[in-house]
Amino acid sequence: MAVISIERMGLLSVFCVCLFFSSAFAVDRGNFKTCDQSSFCKRQRALKPGQSPYRALLETLELSDSRLTLQLINDNNKVHLLLELYRLQGNMTRVKINELKPLKPRFEVPDVLIAEPPTEPLSVLSKDDNGIVLSLGAESQRLIVSARPFRLDIMEGPEVLLSLNSRGLLAFEHLHLRKDTQAQPDGAEVKESVDGDQQQDEVEKDEDGEGDKEQDGLWEETFKSHTDTKPNGPTSISLDFSLPGVEHVYGIPEHADDLKLKTTDGGDPYRLYNLDVFQYELYNPMALYGSIPVMLAHNTQRTMGIFWLNAAETWVDISSNTAGKTVFGKMLDFVQGSSEKPQTDIRWISESGIIDVFIMLGPKPSDVFSQYASLTGTQSFPPLASLGYHQCRWNYNDQEDVKSVDQGFDQHDIPYDFIWLDIEHADGKRYFTWDPHKFSQPKEMLQGLMDKRRKMVAIVDPHIKVDSGYKIHSEITSKDFYVKNKDGRNYEGWCWPGNSGYPDFTIPEMRAWWASMFAYDQYEGSMENLFTWNDMNEPSVFNGPEVTMHKDALHGKWEHREIHNIYGLYVQMATAEGQIQRSGGVERPFVLTRAFFAGSQRFGAVWTGDNAAEWGHLKISIPMCLSLGLVGVSFCGADIGGFFKNPSTELLVRWYQTGAYQPFFRAHAHLDTTRREPWLFGPENTALIREVIRQRYALLPYWYQLFFQAYRTGMPVMRPLWVDYPKDTVTFTIDDEFLIGSDLLVHPITEEGSRGVTAYLPGAGEVWYDVHTFQKHNGAQNLYIPVTLSSIPVFQRGGSIIPRKDRVRRSSACMENDPYTLYVALSPKKFARGKLYIDDGHSFNYDTKKEFIHRSLTFANNALTSSNLCPDCNFLTSSWIEKVLILGASKPSKVVLKMDGKETPVDFEFDSSMSVLTLRKPGMNAGDDWTLLLQ
Amino acid sequence: MTCLHLLLTLVFAVSLGTPVEIQRPRGVPLTKKPFYEENKPFTCLDGSRTIPFDRVNDDYCDCKDGSDEPGTAACPNGSFHCTNAGYRPMFIPSSRINDGICDCCDTTDEYNSGAKCENTCKELGLKERDVLQKMAEITKEGFLLKQQLIEEAKKGREEKQGKVTDMQENKKQLEEKVEALRTVKETAEQPEKEAKERHLKAWEEQKAAIRLEKDKAKMAEAFLELDDNADGFVSVSELQSHAELDPDADGTLTETEVQGLMGGAAQVDTSTFESVWTNIKDKYHSEVSREEADMSSAQKARDDFEDSEKALREMDDQIRNIEKELSFDFGPDAEFTYLYSQCYELTTSEYIYRLCPFNRVSQKPKYGGSETNLGTWGSWSGPENNKYLVMKYEHGTGCWQGPNRSTTVKLTCGKETVVTSTSEPSRCEYLMEFTTPAVCQEPANMDLLPHGHEEL
Repeated sequence: MAVISIERMGLLSVFCVCLFFSSAFAVDRGNFKTCDQSSFCKRQRALKPGQSPYRALLETLELSDSRLTLQLINDNNKVHLLLELYRLQGNMTRVKINELKPLKPRFEVPDVLIAEPPTEPLSVLSKDDNGIVLSLGAESQRLIVSARPFRLDIMEGPEVLLSLNSRGLLAFEHLHLRKDTQAQPDGAEVKESVDGDQQQDEVEKDEDGEGDKEQDGLWEETFKSHTDTKPNGPTSISLDFSLPGVEHVYGIPEHADDLKLKTTDGGDPYRLYNLDVFQYELYNPMALYGSIPVMLAHNTQRTMGIFWLNAAETWVDISSNTAGKTVFGKMLDFVQGSSEKPQTDIRWISESGIIDVFIMLGPKPSDVFSQYASLTGTQSFPPLASLGYHQCRWNYNDQEDVKSVDQGFDQHDIPYDFIWLDIEHADGKRYFTWDPHKFSQPKEMLQGLMDKRRKMVAIVDPHIKVDSGYKIHSEITSKDFYVKNKDGRNYEGWCWPGNSGYPDFTIPEMRAWWASMFAYDQYEGSMENLFTWNDMNEPSVFNGPEVTMHKDALHGKWEHREIHNIYGLYVQMATAEGQIQRSGGVERPFVLTRAFFAGSQRFGAVWTGDNAAEWGHLKISIPMCLSLGLVGVSFCGADIGGFFKNPSTELLVRWYQTGAYQPFFRAHAHLDTTRREPWLFGPENTALIREVIRQRYALLPYWYQLFFQAYRTGMPVMRPLWVDYPKDTVTFTIDDEFLIGSDLLVHPITEEGSRGVTAYLPGAGEVWYDVHTFQKHNGAQNLYIPVTLSSIPVFQRGGSIIPRKDRVRRSSACMENDPYTLYVALSPKKFARGKLYIDDGHSFNYDTKKEFIHRSLTFANNALTSSNLCPDCNFLTSSWIEKVLILGASKPSKVVLKMDGKETPVDFEFDSSMSVLTLRKPGMNAGDDWTLLLQ
Repeated sequence: MTCLHLLLTLVFAVSLGTPVEIQRPRGVPLTKKPFYEENKPFTCLDGSRTIPFDRVNDDYCDCKDGSDEPGTAACPNGSFHCTNAGYRPMFIPSSRINDGICDCCDTTDEYNSGAKCENTCKELGLKERDVLQKMAEITKEGFLLKQQLIEEAKKGREEKQGKVTDMQENKKQLEEKVEALRTVKETAEQPEKEAKERHLKAWEEQKAAIRLEKDKAKMAEAFLELDDNADGFVSVSELQSHAELDPDADGTLTETEVQGLMGGAAQVDTSTFESVWTNIKDKYHSEVSREEADMSSAQKARDDFEDSEKALREMDDQIRNIEKELSFDFGPDAEFTYLYSQCYELTTSEYIYRLCPFNRVSQKPKYGGSETNLGTWGSWSGPENNKYLVMKYEHGTGCWQGPNRSTTVKLTCGKETVVTSTSEPSRCEYLMEFTTPAVCQEPANMDLLPHGHEEL
């Protein structure tokens, strides 16, 4: 849930709130900073390109096996920086820049990288006064360090892939003492960490020759009524990157914007600063709930990535030399041969910390995904049930309500797996407790759901009610685990429960304690089918600056400023750990988070926060989740129906149809909206919603297999078309349709009153089959599809095999032992391939005991074969193959099943109008080796 | 692969107690048995195709209508019949066969899932019969009450209609009287008006002085009159003898009411009588019949006219009120009439809910705070076959960023008239359950109640 920003909570708050709501329905932009209002952004952005004061001191070069260090000097103030270069395994380069001798250590983000990235040897190829040429190993890749001004270029053969500081926007504000308050007492402790000469130097000189006090916002910054005291002064950093030959960049979520990032000239940069934005607006670069500082660059030749590992407030500028040009203009350039090469320039600006950049050199999209995954980990493999349908509302009123909604699903024969409880379920918003009137018997309620093989999620937010009678609060207090304000007292702010403390999740001991609170004997009323939702973890502070925590609040010795964007990650990390621990490490967790950072994919699912019941919000859910998928977070979804306001019936139906084909499939609604359970809109609409939820459940085996793949390789589950068609430029800007894995293409209907859509089917020489009619269409065409309210344009790629469970039951658990139907969609060359993954659906045994089935399904030479991809795995399933549909087939005279050396005939039917061959009940176990021969 | 039990043997008892076995494919109701003839080709019930009988219940869906798999989960649209001997037979979607959840009380839906189901049909049957019995009793008594309600309503309605007719007659006379008095007044006012125009100010002052003087005199007189025992004090009992002072006009002037008039004092003397006088002077009838000779004739005519006009207005109001009441839809037999101008309360942990049928619904915090209007009477809005099962109250207090509050009241048969529950399923949309004899239907003959298995 979002919140309205109220400067002073109290008696007037209700009044303020009323006023607020009577105004237009949109974000109050005045609550959030623009670049101009964020002093470091303004300062950095004022720098002009081409005047870099930095020079590489080549004589300081040190090269160990895998690490090169070199000093840089700022000729304006003579401050030395230390450059570190690493060649990382898997075709990556890491560039670190820090002060050589900072006044005190600068913050480096922990807990994001899964391990210290393994390195590979670097070697110097040549060196002179102007620079050094280093070998990056194979493929004639070179790293060139230029001395004056300092600049890095990564080359492959004669091509420059990427340059750093090519525009000279490297800027590193070094720590120094405040000139006009030299004598202040806390200067003393700082002095200890630095040698005297340097100190002298720091104080006397200033970058621009101006006194600090004369510049705005260096040592203190006020936004609205909030003052940031900035005891360390200005500490921002910036670096620019140039990408020759690149016109398309993606990533850096979370923004409610198109998939392809826009240039930011003339407007604000894209902002990364986790914020609880009330009623966010579409198509702008404002910050939202989460931040992943990873950008992907793509052209027909190569895909690359830049990972800027910094958790402080960050702004990203993008400019392009072709941005303003029309297609015609570009063509003219091409014909005349006069054009400069297209190029995209990026600039990262962060408020604090160090420069720590990972350059992922691809070259294929899948390479970038695995490179990024090797750094920050892959999507956690979710319990199968969490891929089913989730029914949420703020709030299901009481246990009776939960029961009647549960029964409603059975009465209307609609499957679902999870019902959710929002903040009202707890006793006075004291998380880990239950309202004594409305939810007096939580175990009874959970048992009722368990009897139906269903599950529940209850919210646990990180703001803790300040109440000495509340166990969680008093333990955190006694363990001294709260975030502190600048004076060292517990930081307090307003949130749902009123005055609240914020546990310091950056402390490992705090996280361990938090995890222990999920133990069944600690979290009273919890059971194994209760899972968790972490909301408001940006963190949201209703009366804080920009509705979040003061930057000068303290996490141990570090300011909140340094860690802001990673706070939410830690909350989800500790919660997921708690769920693992409560089962003795056996069961997979399920935790949904609103705030996130690089690495959050390891801990669960993410949703796009408090959207609204508007067609635009339905549409934006696609690029928002695609952007997250590109940077590791596959388990993404948007609130179906829209959180704020009441959707029209048409919008609700269309949203279900879209959400059923997105990874995290949950309906949610604001407290003030009217009820919208799927059966409340008349029998026709109930039928439409039932149908699409059933389609989701039938496809669960495919979703599950894709998540297993995402977990193993980092490949996104929901992905833009260009990931699979990287040379097809038409796909580069498409974000109204998407792929699920490689094999399903979905073009949701996101326009009101739509009677038809044009879907682009990629792949010259390929074919696609409409999954509802089995009609075959050629690739590389724009296909017009007439639609009705029941239409969901979905296509299966010719050349793929998708296993489905067509016996849809009331929850995924009920379908565990059901048989599979294989949908074999033949390519024009009569070939198809797919995979089948089966395990128990909920435990870590797939990992710890190799208890899973992983099979390759191949159709070639008129034979469909199942072969084992993991011969040393062991898992027994009672699922079997009940049916095989072969799309694009010709009629055989005979079909034979070959298994265990025996051959048995298989009945079949052939539909010549659609060329669909149906094999009737071949009956083999899903884990067996077998071959079906068409003769 | 699932094991296939093609045929299911059903054992049941007919009323004679002799066990009989009827064989049919699993999941087929008795009524459809003839379509499933063993060893003969089976034709899908929609007639779409014919298949060998060994494909019935072979765990593969051949018929589009799902009819070849009544006993397995193979067809997405199939349904499974459970006999539920001892309780009610039912159909469940075939997706609930062997899903690990016990749906049929006779456990027949979970024959191959490992779910541990217990046969609860007997228990459920007993319970249901018990409930039905109780409901029947309630319905019976409720229906009797309803007859009384209808009778009373009928009588009340007739009375009221008669009253309206009478009053309309009286009203006519009153209107005539008003007109007559208007003429008298206007004639009497003529000289006064002329004098007034001449010495307007002096005349007003004089009139006020006279009025005050007169009032004072009247007060002194009244005091003496009231002070029966002449002790210099007017006491409660002395005042009580003047029935015309009854503040609520219920015909009796109670001691409490008198105390109220006297401002809580037990007795008053001449000096404090003034405040009492203000309370009573409009109604006070002097014990001595007095000639109002000193009143100017114009004033008297004016007063007479105003009195009669007021009486007319009051009568109009009364007629309107009765007519309004008569215009309400109190049900086909006016059985809901008795709810009119009544209120029913329910106290929950936080609020006191108040339903005043045909008027409004409100909510008040239990521990202080102001009342919130949850809707005023809108309409009957039950299902088409009986709209009198649901009342809708609309346009209550507006909600923060939401709609105006509204309440749906669901009526069920009960001996008593009570609000049994309230809830707020959606923000600002309230639901109230209300029992009343007025919705009790004529009870079905008790002999027709189920006694056990009626199927088979």
